[in-house]
Amino acid sequence: MTDDATPLERFLRGIIPENPVYRQLLGLCPTLAVTNNMKAAMTMSGAVLFVLLGANLVVSLIRGLLKPHLRILVFTLTIATFVTIADRFLAAFMYPMSKELGPYVPLIIVNCIIICRCEVCASRQSPAVAIADASGQSLGFALALASIATVREILGSGTWWGIRILPAGWDNWVIMVLPAGAFLTMGLLLGIANWLGTIRSETKGY
Amino acid sequence: MKLRYISEAWLVLLLATGFALALAAVDLAWKTRIEENKRRETIGQIPHLVPGAVRGQKEFVGKVYVYRAFDSAGRQVGWVLPAVGQGFADRIELLIDLDSEAEYITGLYVLEQKETPGLGANIIAAQWRKQFTGKPATLPLHVSQAAIGENEIQAVTGATISSESVVSIVNEAVAGFRRALEGWER
Repeated sequence: MTDDATPLERFLRGIIPENPVYRQLLGLCPTLAVTNNMKAAMTMSGAVLFVLLGANLVVSLIRGLLKPHLRILVFTLTIATFVTIADRFLAAFMYPMSKELGPYVPLIIVNCIIICRCEVCASRQSPAVAIADASGQSLGFALALASIATVREILGSGTWWGIRILPAGWDNWVIMVLPAGAFLTMGLLLGIANWLGTIRSETKGY
Repeated sequence: MKLRYISEAWLVLLLATGFALALAAVDLAWKTRIEENKRRETIGQIPHLVPGAVRGQKEFVGKVYVYRAFDSAGRQVGWVLPAVGQGFADRIELLIDLDSEAEYITGLYVLEQKETPGLGANIIAAQWRKQFTGKPATLPLHVSQAAIGENEIQAVTGATISSESVVSIVNEAVAGFRRALEGWER
């Protein structure tokens, strides 16, 4: 992680090369908990995008004033504010989804992707870089959640985004909707991602 | 020394004040909408909660607000009492259903909770809530290991505090409502 990367490079990095879920293994709690259907996974991704953009921007703007021993406190305070706004927004405008996500929305406060981006990027970089970084990482998070939710929703409910994909005679794999299905899917996809990564670096010759 | 703390923490204090104001504004803007969502859910739940009920109507008994549940012929079949209290993690909001004389609990529904996923959050499970059905509203309920007595509720495994919170919210609300009902009918 060099510090002289351009905003575009940072944006692209977050999507695949430094994907928060598949590469950094961060934010696994929501990744496992809310991926039994696409709608919940995308709502969670949207909330994380909002919080990460907000937190990164605020932290970047005040980065010159941060005291080393108080910085984590400031990060958490900022994150908690944006999370509360997101939580209230869901309760006001997407009430059934807010009920479905339950405690996982307030738990974004302790999502380490966000505090990690505040620490490694926003507290050292200009607002433009911080926003590009937040967008890239959020997009990477959304892609990771979408990949897991796609497998789990299709196999577990026979639908994708609530639309029936598999024939009506399909026996739903109940395990895919339960927590165990999340671990299985996550493990297999992580394995595939690592395997593809190895092939890629071998063909490049290092 | 103390002064140095304040001079170093000014940014935190300033941010905290700013954020608090922002959150107050958000709350002010969306509060009525959120309340309305909850009210709609409450009304929508009434037919599932009170046997035979088809609709509910909000009203005040003394100072307590409740929903009166009616069947299709317009007869009152029960009461639905909203109740709020502190849980293990955050506020727990319940709907308690009583028969029309408010002598028995006919059901319990968890409107909102943020208890620990996998432990305390199991208070929303129908299997656990079912225990409340048929319990007397005249005696305070309490949590026990075996749940043998007629006013005993078995705790959710690994979530004693969440279970006790629900039971004490129920006790307080039911007792308050029964007091209000007595004074109101006379």
